[in-house]
This record gives sequence, structure tokens and C-alpha cells, in this order.
Amino acid sequence: MNTPAELKYTKTHEWISGDGGSCLIGITDYAQDQLGSLVFINLPMEGDELTAGEAFCDVESVKAASDVIAPVSGTVAEVNEELADAPEKLNEDPYGAWICRVEDYTPGEELMDAEAYAAFCEEEQE
Amino acid sequence: MEKKTVLYETHVKLGAKIVPFAGYLMPVQYSDILEEHMAVRERAGLFDVSHMGEIMLEGPDAIANLNMLLTNDYTKMNAGKVRYSPMCYENGGVVDDLLVYKMNDEKYLIVVNASNKDKDYAWMKEHVSGDVTLQDISDDVAQIALQGPASDQIMEKVTDLGKLPEKYYTFAQDINVGGISCLVSQTGYTGEFGYELYCGKDDGVRLWDILMEAGSDEGLLPCGLGARDTLRLEAAMPLYGHEMDENITPLETGLGFAVKMGKEDFIGKKAMAEKGDPAITRVGLKVTGRGIVREHMDVLKDGEVIGHTTSGTFLPYLKGAYAMALVGCPYAAEGTEVTVSVRGREIPCAVTALPFYKREK
Repeated sequence: MNTPAELKYTKTHEWISGDGGSCLIGITDYAQDQLGSLVFINLPMEGDELTAGEAFCDVESVKAASDVIAPVSGTVAEVNEELADAPEKLNEDPYGAWICRVEDYTPGEELMDAEAYAAFCEEEQE
Repeated sequence: MEKKTVLYETHVKLGAKIVPFAGYLMPVQYSDILEEHMAVRERAGLFDVSHMGEIMLEGPDAIANLNMLLTNDYTKMNAGKVRYSPMCYENGGVVDDLLVYKMNDEKYLIVVNASNKDKDYAWMKEHVSGDVTLQDISDDVAQIALQGPASDQIMEKVTDLGKLPEKYYTFAQDINVGGISCLVSQTGYTGEFGYELYCGKDDGVRLWDILMEAGSDEGLLPCGLGARDTLRLEAAMPLYGHEMDENITPLETGLGFAVKMGKEDFIGKKAMAEKGDPAITRVGLKVTGRGIVREHMDVLKDGEVIGHTTSGTFLPYLKGAYAMALVGCPYAAEGTEVTVSVRGREIPCAVTALPFYKREK
């Protein structure tokens, strides 16, 4: 399982990559592996207000639909529309396939660094 | 505590994701549902279906009992044939749907859904009469399905192809498959060419290994329940608990071909006759908007609920979202535009012909 050191992670398996001004959000390698091949993503829209801890998007595999939970509060400034026609990118390159960019964001509580997240996933798998 | 088929350890070794299903711990997928699905459509897949129930009906009054218990007609049927039927309650609702294999005039093998086996056996036991015996042999039998266009190339390596059943819905007994005696039928639940093999449970692991080995050059993949479900849905094959249950008659779910109202009598006939022409029917829906439609969702026309979905997901071969639904008959015409309510969103769909996928012969 891949957990890049420069990202922050949630217990619901989203990642964020922030530079202070805006951040990118996606789902983790562990998440895509657990979900299996994704065949649909219901993307958020530009301008959507996210609330940390609440669902803002859903992804669907053949078996089930799963919510993606916002790791931050803020405003969606840009959506990776490419995913709409190619949801498999979430499986192939989970850290490249960002879902949206959020501006003026406030991180939710309990974001983990890579080491803590890797340990968390290991525990969850047992 | 869930039961395990004889192949449980084999599945674990192959790295399968295991889930409880119908009282058994079963593999839902080995590699990936999409890959497994495509393997069956393009090459071949191997399924452990040992969880299915097998009930033997024997005796001079066997035919009379089949004709009473089941909606299909078993009067004119040759040995070596397989015939599908629903089995109904007095009210016309479905107890289960099943396959009947005719061994001879006085001996029939009945293959039922794993989740319904105990209920089916009890129902049959309660309703048979005359000179017949019923025996639940499920625990003694392993069943493996080999499905896909490469099935014959694989079987050729381990058996005499000339002895295999030549036609769809026929079977042959005592087929030597790599030294194991099997009953082999040309049947399946994928909409693809293939075979289902039955053997003694102690031979199950060896039969699986022989077939996996024979298929290694043909791109054979082990396939789990996940792919089994998407394959049967693509082929529009109904599944008990989805397209039918104890509250739906076979006539209401498009299974009229297997209900012989002309028969003298069968359990459920009176109720179905009294109900008259069914008010609802089973249709296919192709999602024309964006999203995936699943089971138990309302189907709407002009804001009014006209039915509900019974199965649905993304279909890997057709590369689109499809569903089956039970809707009022006035809305069953091909091309009818409807919507399905998916978690608060209304997704446009069009009624489309079943099956969604039909193999080229």
C-alpha cells in the first residue's frame, strides 16, 4: 500500500495535499483497493461548500456506492471533470486522480500523517 | 456459524475475498469483478457453486409429483434433459426457482438455490404424495461451473468431448473428467456457453485443480459470486429474492414461459388463474442519464411511482449501467422513458429489451 509522506489522511480514507491557499482532495490507495474497480463517480460541483466530516461526493463499484467524506471545510474551486468519464483513474493512480481543489479551507480534526495513517490501515485490516 | 464448501481452503489460497452468502463462506471475488466478468465473456471462468442445493426425487409417482409441485410441465421430457421451473405457494408466490434433471422416468435431480434449500426441501416433503422418496444430497455433492467460449478447449484436455452433452439444457452422467466421475450439464448462470459439473464432495478439490490446470493456457480465471451476479444480470437471468419472491407470481416477473396453465393442476394455479392477466411485469432499464441504479429503488413516470428495481449495477461487458425492474404493464413498452430515484436524485432510464446481452451462436 502506498501512502506518500507529503499528504495528510483521514480515518475515512481520503487524502489532502495543501499549500495553505488551496488543497486537493482524493481517495487513498487503501480506499481504492478496498472498493475494487470503480465504475462511476458523482462529482461535486464548482462552488459547493464542503463541511469537514460530511459526504461531498460518491464513488461506485460494481458492488456498492460509497460516500467520500470531506476532510476539510471550504469552497470547491475546481473539479477534476476527467474522472467523470474515467473513474478507473481513481484505481490506477489514486494520488494523481484528485477529485477537487478546495479554497479557503479549514482542515477537519484528526488528520493523520502518512505514518499514522499506514498504521491505522494496518489495524483496520485485522 | 457459516458452512464451508469443500473448496473453501482453495479459495483462501487463491487470495479470494470471502463473504457469508446463503449460510456459506463463499468467494465474492479473486482478482477483480470486472476482470472475472470479462474472462467469462471472452475466454472462460471457473465458479465454485457447491453451495447450491441438490434434492433427489425418486419413485413411480415422480412425474405426477413434479407436475403438482412445479409450474412447468414434466409430462413429456426425455431422460438427459434439464428443465427450469418456478415452484409456487398456493397464493402463486414463488417458493424458489430450480432446475430438474431427468435421470429416468422414476428419478429426477432437482437443483435449488442455496439460500432456499431447507425451505424447499421442507415444502416438497410436505406436499409430495404417493410412491416417491425425497433425499437432500446437497452435502455429498460438489458443483463447479465452467463458463465461457473456451470451455470446450479446456474440457478437451481432460475429457472426451464427444461424450459431453451437445445441446443447451441437456446433461450426461458418468463422464470421466481427469479420472473423476461427473454429471455434466450444458447449463449455467452467465448467458455464456459452458458446463456445470457435479461430483462427489471428496473429489471437488481435485476436479477444481484439474480444470484450473487445463485452463491455464486458455486464460481461465477463478470467478466469485460478484462476477456471477453481474453475468447473470447482463444475461437478464432472474434471481430469487430479487426478481421474484413469495409475494410475486412467476407470471408477474416474466416467467410465463415456465408456467403451464393448461396443466390439470399445480400448486398456485388456482390463485394465478383468479388473479387473471398480471398487472406488473419485468422489464430491462438502460440508464440514459448519469449514475448507477441498484435494487429496491423506485421507478417513476411523470412523478408517479410505477414500480421498483429488482437488480442493477454497472455491466462490465456492455460498459453501462442497467437494471431490471417490476413495473406496471402500461409502462413496459420498449423505449418508454422513466426515471429511477437514486438517493434523492432522479436518473433518466429507458425501458429496453431483455436480455441485455445475448451471446452469438
